[in-house]
Amino acid sequence: MSRLLKLNIFRYNPEDEQSAPHMQEFVLEETDSMTLFIALNRIREEQDPSLQFDFCCRAGICGSCGMVINGRPGLACHTKTRDLPGEITLLPLPIFKLVGDLSVDTGTWFREMYTKTESWIHTNKAFDPTALEERMDNKDAVAIYELERCVECGCCISACGTARLREDFMGAAALNRVARFLIDPRDQRTDRDYYEIIGNDMGIFGCMGLLACEDVCPKHLPLQNQLGFLRRKMGITSIKRLFSK
Amino acid sequence: MQTIYTDFLVVGAGLAGERAAVETAEAGFSAICLSLVPARRSHSSAAQGGMQASLGNSVMGEGDGPDVHFADTVKGSDWGCDQEVARLFADTAPIEMRRLAHWGVPWNRVVPGKSIYYKGGKQFEKVEAEEKEGLIMARSFGGTAKWRTCYTSDGTGHAVMCTMDNRCAEKGVEVHDKTEAIALLQDGETCFGVVARCLRTGELRVYLSKATMIAAGGFGRIYPNTTNAVICDGGAHTMCVATGLVPMGNMEAVQFHPTGIVPTDILVTEGCRGDGGTLLDVDEKRFMNIYEPEKAELASRDVVSRWMTHHMREGHGVKSPYGEHLWLDIRHLGKEHITGKLREVYEICTSFLGVDPIHQLIPVRPTQHYSMGGVRTNKDGAAYGLKGLFAAGEAACWDMHGFNRLGGNSLAETVVAGGIIGRKIAEYLEGSEAEFKTGLINDEVKKQRSRIDALIEGRDGSENVYKVRSAMQDALHKGANIFRTQEGLEKCVADLQEVLIRAKKIGLRSNGKGVNPELAAALKLEGQVKLALMVAYGALMRTESRGSHNREDYPARNDRDWLTRTLAYWKKPEDTLPTLEYEPASTVVEIPPGDRGYGHAKIISADDKKE
Ligand SMILES: Cc1cc2nc3c(=O)[nH]c(=O)nc-3n(C[C@H](O)[C@H](O)[C@H](O)COP(=O)(O)OP(=O)(O)OC[C@H]3O[C@@H](n4cnc5c(N)ncnc54)[C@H](O)[C@@H]3O)c2cc1C
Ligand code: SF4
Ligand code: SF4
Ligand code: FES
Repeated sequence: MSRLLKLNIFRYNPEDEQSAPHMQEFVLEETDSMTLFIALNRIREEQDPSLQFDFCCRAGICGSCGMVINGRPGLACHTKTRDLPGEITLLPLPIFKLVGDLSVDTGTWFREMYTKTESWIHTNKAFDPTALEERMDNKDAVAIYELERCVECGCCISACGTARLREDFMGAAALNRVARFLIDPRDQRTDRDYYEIIGNDMGIFGCMGLLACEDVCPKHLPLQNQLGFLRRKMGITSIKRLFSK
Repeated sequence: MQTIYTDFLVVGAGLAGERAAVETAEAGFSAICLSLVPARRSHSSAAQGGMQASLGNSVMGEGDGPDVHFADTVKGSDWGCDQEVARLFADTAPIEMRRLAHWGVPWNRVVPGKSIYYKGGKQFEKVEAEEKEGLIMARSFGGTAKWRTCYTSDGTGHAVMCTMDNRCAEKGVEVHDKTEAIALLQDGETCFGVVARCLRTGELRVYLSKATMIAAGGFGRIYPNTTNAVICDGGAHTMCVATGLVPMGNMEAVQFHPTGIVPTDILVTEGCRGDGGTLLDVDEKRFMNIYEPEKAELASRDVVSRWMTHHMREGHGVKSPYGEHLWLDIRHLGKEHITGKLREVYEICTSFLGVDPIHQLIPVRPTQHYSMGGVRTNKDGAAYGLKGLFAAGEAACWDMHGFNRLGGNSLAETVVAGGIIGRKIAEYLEGSEAEFKTGLINDEVKKQRSRIDALIEGRDGSENVYKVRSAMQDALHKGANIFRTQEGLEKCVADLQEVLIRAKKIGLRSNGKGVNPELAAALKLEGQVKLALMVAYGALMRTESRGSHNREDYPARNDRDWLTRTLAYWKKPEDTLPTLEYEPASTVVEIPPGDRGYGHAKIISADDKKE
């Protein structure tokens, strides 16, 4: 006989004046290889069609389904119910604006982030369609890709103490993004240019270094190393700036 | 209600949509992409394998060039493609890959010297040339004569999507995510935007544009089992179908992949079988060697999918709460191989199934994977039937894939087509005057509001949206799957016609307030059933086998009668069947129809005179 799972799910529909934030309990029979993706869809189709949550790829690659699962931010699609106790509590990610129930607006947050960090290659070279591609060391390419694996799920931001204290803190995902361009030989920005973006308390100097971000990152990005790398680099840039003034 | 104006509106922020938007933005026009999800979550980011372009940098790609790529593509399509488009594609792909490198894609690069690779489970050695160091590297893929697939580790789609979205941010292309287009604005001749629903608040919004593009990806979710994301539901196609004017091309051409895992249909790579994995049935016995003594598990995608389904039909499937499946066995490859070369597979199995493939069998079944059919366009990407409407990417039938698309050709198509068509749109915008008919806009908005109210109030009935949706999926699954017969397709069409009646009688169970996922599902359901009917009815009428379309009762490829593309219209809303028309598959013929070199070879030649 399979388990009966009890799911306590946060409910609130800001667009419905009758709705007030509360927890609602759903009971569901567990099946083989059940993930939270399957469980939540089943609840929506069989018990409450208004339940809001986000899934897209359901394969752990798009980052849509970040939520707080029994107290810890994570991706719901690759969380198996079998690894959880019979009672499961689901809450939306904090910090991001709530859309309804378990669904939050990560899109706006990340779009602002990459406008702030100017998340694109800065170069004055023009593309020549008749020429061979510019050469690049494979090691550089692989290193850039390692940092670009972020799926913008928002888990690191939601777990971050600083981000909770100050709304304007960029968070580990943004700092990781800056590191990605900093190591890209195609980007012509200097350390000083980057200092303008992250050399302050909203950026690298706001981070308390407790590393909740790396703990929860479902893509296992080396956030700790990147934060250390940027802090050193920006520290040096900061000193250089002092002397050249 | 908010009205937003832009020169160029794209429904979809995947690679195809964003690439086209960048092109028009660079030409000085304003561009907005709508998307159900933040752009980077679009399904383009799920592609791991890579994108084909004949750069010929790797030693295994020596001698490659657009001509070879073109020939592979035409053969792959089983001569169902438009050869002019395939040519355009093969010639442009190398430039687009280089452009992506310039924009920031971290393509893997050539590392000179000796390295090992595997083929058919055996080990070989290759030596990359010194003078190619640092150029874009390529890997091997099915159906290609050369190593031609450009890649970034195991996350090509993700990396290219990031770069493209960055480029959009740089060029000022706006992405309105959590926004769903639900109806086209058009006057019977010209399209001038869409009515959309905000998925943050549930409000309706009007987008007015001089040019509108459908780049909404595939529609795999009309099937019950698919590798596609849950947003690949054909919602945007249904808007085009609803006009009665815009035809869908080759809807019967649906690609199935042999190894989607059960229950979630996530793809595990063909590499499992390539490296020596086997397929087992309920008695844990091999069966592919019985059906295909020579190639066994290594036959082509469509062939393996066909035999798996056959074997389950014969009663050898494994029963599970999620339906029947078979087993994929890679245990004999050993721990080192599985956690090394098949790391992705290992992670998918452990993360999503709780199955350890080193010691356990992997549950798999053939699964819908790619929609060759879609909004029919000409070679400039202009949709048939309405001026100002364009389409690109998987949503479109531009038609370089014909009846079967090759791995790596789809992701490449998104950027190549996006670029070419984006440029054509910029030309179109240059010479066009906008005229927005306020009366028509108000009527359309009223119509959508009243649809929504009817659903909320249950004015037309009380059918359950999820039950009707699964009835549609079941009908397609049973009748218009890998194997097709007249009997099965006739039943499928009849079943879908009943489902269509039910789809017109949906009533919501929830209050429909705010974003309301039940309402979103209900709004597109009737249109989805019509798409399903286009698939099934098109397949019933096409009495031959070509590419992924397999008629057991007509096993030969019939070039004499069917070297054609199906155009499916839904002429009047009250019709119960689509109207089918046909056009030649290709007006330009560089390579006359011949043997593909794999799969079944029975061909009725176009030269056989009709009696
Ligand atoms: C698991 C998997 C692996 C694959 N691997 C490869 C590979 O290795 N190589 C390869 O060549 N191909 C691969 N493919 C195929 C390829 O990834 C897709 O065909 C391609 O990415 C489609 O891109 P697109 O831009 O057309 O659409 P998508 O990337 O699917 O984007 C569609 C966009 O439309 C939006 N949208 C949809 N409906 C609406 C609406 N009504 N209103 C507003 N917005 C809407 C979505 O939000 C999204 O932004 C793979 C496919 C799958 C499923
Ligand atoms: S280490 Fe810095 S970025 Fe990471 S969680 Fe702590 S404060 Fe936030
Ligand atoms: S860094 Fe990791 S946790 Fe943070 S958004 Fe990216 S993938 Fe998610
Ligand atoms: S749904 Fe894509 S990561 Fe979970």
